Amino acid sequence: MRSLILLFLLSALAGSLMSQVSVSGKLLDNRGKPVPGASISIKDSYDGATSDSAGLFRFSTGETGQKLLVITCIGYHPLEKLIELNGQPVALNLVLREEPNELKAVVVTAGSFEASDSKRTTVLNSIDIVTTASANADVTAAIRTLPGTQQVGEKEGLFVRGGSGEEARVFIDGTLVNNFFFTSVPDIASRGRFSPFLFKGTVFSSGGYSALYGQALSGALILETIDLPERSSASLGLSTVGISGGYQQLNKQKNASWGANYGYTNLLPYFELVKQRPDYFKVPAFHYGDLNFRIKTSKTGILKFYGTFQQSQLGLRTADIDSASLKNAFRLSNYNVYGNLSWKEKLGKQWKLYLGASYSNNLDDIGNRLQDQSNQAVDINRIPFRNKNFDGRIRSGLAQVKTVIDRRLGGLSVIRFGGEYLYFRDVVKFSDTASVHTIVNDHFKALFAEADIYISNNIAAKLGTRREHSSLLSGANMAPRVSLAYKLGKKGQLSLAYGIFYQKPERNQLMMNPDLDYTRAVHYIANYQKISAGYTFRAEAFYKKYADLVKTFPGINNNGNGYAKGAEVFWRDRKSIKGVDYWVSYSFLDTRRDYLNYPYSLQPNFAANHTASLVVKKFISKWKTQVNGSYSFATGRPYYNIRYNGNDGKYFIADQGKTLAYNNLSFSLNYLPSVGKTNARAFTVWVFSVTNVLNQKQVYNYNYSYNGLNRQPVRPPANQFFFLGCFISFGVDRTDDVINSNL
Amino acid sequence: MKQFFLVLSFLLPAMGLLAQSEKFNTAMQQQIAKMDGAMQNGSFGELANSFERIGDAEKNQWLPYYYAAYCQVMYSFTEKDKSKVDALADRAEALITKSETIAGTDNSEINVIKSMIASARLMVDPQTRWMQFGQVSASHLEKAKQMDPTNPRPVYLEGQSKFYTPAEFGGGKTVAAPLFEKALVMFDSFKPATQLHPAWGKAATQYFLSQCK
Repeated sequence: MRSLILLFLLSALAGSLMSQVSVSGKLLDNRGKPVPGASISIKDSYDGATSDSAGLFRFSTGETGQKLLVITCIGYHPLEKLIELNGQPVALNLVLREEPNELKAVVVTAGSFEASDSKRTTVLNSIDIVTTASANADVTAAIRTLPGTQQVGEKEGLFVRGGSGEEARVFIDGTLVNNFFFTSVPDIASRGRFSPFLFKGTVFSSGGYSALYGQALSGALILETIDLPERSSASLGLSTVGISGGYQQLNKQKNASWGANYGYTNLLPYFELVKQRPDYFKVPAFHYGDLNFRIKTSKTGILKFYGTFQQSQLGLRTADIDSASLKNAFRLSNYNVYGNLSWKEKLGKQWKLYLGASYSNNLDDIGNRLQDQSNQAVDINRIPFRNKNFDGRIRSGLAQVKTVIDRRLGGLSVIRFGGEYLYFRDVVKFSDTASVHTIVNDHFKALFAEADIYISNNIAAKLGTRREHSSLLSGANMAPRVSLAYKLGKKGQLSLAYGIFYQKPERNQLMMNPDLDYTRAVHYIANYQKISAGYTFRAEAFYKKYADLVKTFPGINNNGNGYAKGAEVFWRDRKSIKGVDYWVSYSFLDTRRDYLNYPYSLQPNFAANHTASLVVKKFISKWKTQVNGSYSFATGRPYYNIRYNGNDGKYFIADQGKTLAYNNLSFSLNYLPSVGKTNARAFTVWVFSVTNVLNQKQVYNYNYSYNGLNRQPVRPPANQFFFLGCFISFGVDRTDDVINSNL
Repeated sequence: MKQFFLVLSFLLPAMGLLAQSEKFNTAMQQQIAKMDGAMQNGSFGELANSFERIGDAEKNQWLPYYYAAYCQVMYSFTEKDKSKVDALADRAEALITKSETIAGTDNSEINVIKSMIASARLMVDPQTRWMQFGQVSASHLEKAKQMDPTNPRPVYLEGQSKFYTPAEFGGGKTVAAPLFEKALVMFDSFKPATQLHPAWGKAATQYFLSQCK
């Protein structure tokens, strides 16, 4: 009896072991290529296999009857298939469908360079901006090592593909920034107001950018501020130009933070040591204060505020061009307030909401006095001297709100739409021989819609349009934008972009003629990009057609036009030379325009035909030092003496030429002595930098006297700039950023 | 005869259960045994799949998903194409989360895996990811130590992290060696709860210690 039971039990157990059946097959993707590494299993059993490099699999199972076969693989939609296990071997041919995947999918890159820490299309990351030798921690100066930009030193702004500095605009967290740079000083380029450490992502678009942005004929610099800090910290900085301090507090739940920073810059000690060409009777001094808070409103939402107050002043004397015995004393005080509040949130699975608001108010109090050799004011009531004594108070305010709503369609496709409202208010009081008091208001509205359509992971299109209306110009425009991207092989891709871009004329021009219309540019861009882990290659060709540019003669009108065309190459390599990271960019530009008082179509004085940059970075771990070098070169730019001929009532070119070629070799060191001290409380970074190491002569342009007989070169205030600073942070190790390229 | 059926009716389900857990033990042991050669054979991906199948079938065992996550993260470490690592780490993360929902949140071994996943993500782009993932990785190791001070694996991994950090940055062989030695002592006294519980790491520790000399 006992043996019977045993036999019974054994046979019951053995039954499952004996009737093994083989299941085999081949896995292909929708393009007929084998899928390796996929997991094939019979649901709720241990039985299954993993596909090999040829997509083949085979396993045996004791299961019987109708069973569900489940196939999963990273990058593919899971597949389920009913199979019948009836003792006969099962052979299957299966096709897996590729999942839309942001990492694999093609990305529209025509015209845009991205510096971000998260995305794959990144060409630079945010640390690169800080460690570019020639940049001295100025965002736009780092951008100037990318193709498409000019090495213009006499005026602030990004001069993109034959565009003037005004034609490239800056956006922070979605909204336009009105006074991104410190106020202009004649013939000297001002820095940007914002620290590069504020931003985690940067997109520099040299054309063909998204319909979400407008009012820039040439380029857009789109900056995204950082989210919550990793931990609480305090910081202190001391440098040859000033002091700074800050505090950031992160709450215990790590879902909210606040912080404040203050900085004071005074160039007095530096100017004592390094001779400047202008005679500064008031040495540049800046106060800078900011406040921020960042709150995670949910797992997917974040509310961010950043506000800053800045005050600066300077005064400088330069030789008057019309008289050897006279000088011009120019003074400037500036007050600037800027605040930006933005909220991003995911609503459900398919919707995303962005709301942004910003406010800025900028006051420039400027003046100029004609002075004699003993710096005493002189009043000469004749041309050209009578207009050289002037005072101005220019207040410009901008309040704006913007919203963008994203709706996910199938796969990676997205449709987004929204609108913005901007209220500009400029109050200009100006007096020389006469006084003017002008108020310019503009209620500017725009609606936009854009769709990212992924036909597959290999083909994508971005279709967008933007409708703008300005109360000042009392007219509307419609700006369509289209781009396409096609993937060539695993790493390469081709993109094309087309778009129409409008921009309001400058404030001064609108003050003189409020009936002006929008200026306009049409972009055509073709781009090839190949990115792998170690290198990035980009080549781009473009054609840009300008219309309705503002001419200042005869009268102020929209009869100007122009074109720009060219080709650019970018190469970045982090692999070939061990421990060295470098990039090279080259731009060829052919541009002419007929605008302002140009008698006919000319190559503008801010455009060089050939521009190139080389940036090299290396961390020497033995010395705990990062060494950065950069070299920029540009062929000479044209300069003109455009004069008015009273006899035939026309402007003509009395003199012209080309400036010296531009060369700038810069060098910087970041020394991190705290590196490796595991328990150090404070982390220190020393920064030393020199621009124009070879002390090469730089001439940006020429100024002409009223009578045309005297010509003076426009040169930087000093050939070289030296900087030495020490930055200490308690609690946060910024030095880690630099170290880890070596791990 | 009545008695016989009575006995049988008790015995059969019990035998079924026994057979089931025997099947689980056997399957797990087979797969665990394969882990030794996985580095040489490049079979971590396949092993992760096998463990996941067992986990999916069992539903209330944390160990299959734990091993699946371990194999998956080892697979991501061996992947040479850095652009693929994040997707592999995502899967490891999903597997360890499944394991944690079964095992509870105070599991030292699970924190070890979480630390490894953060390290894998860090290695994709150390320069920019250090701030975020370096800290995550270290904090999971710290938690793992707190939850089980006798667990040698967090000590071994800490040593490994120091081993790969240049001496100038506070790492190097001289810093790593004492940690490996400490881990080895801990491995000798560490007793896994069952044959199926995590016991890996000793051979690797010995290898790294030999490299330190």
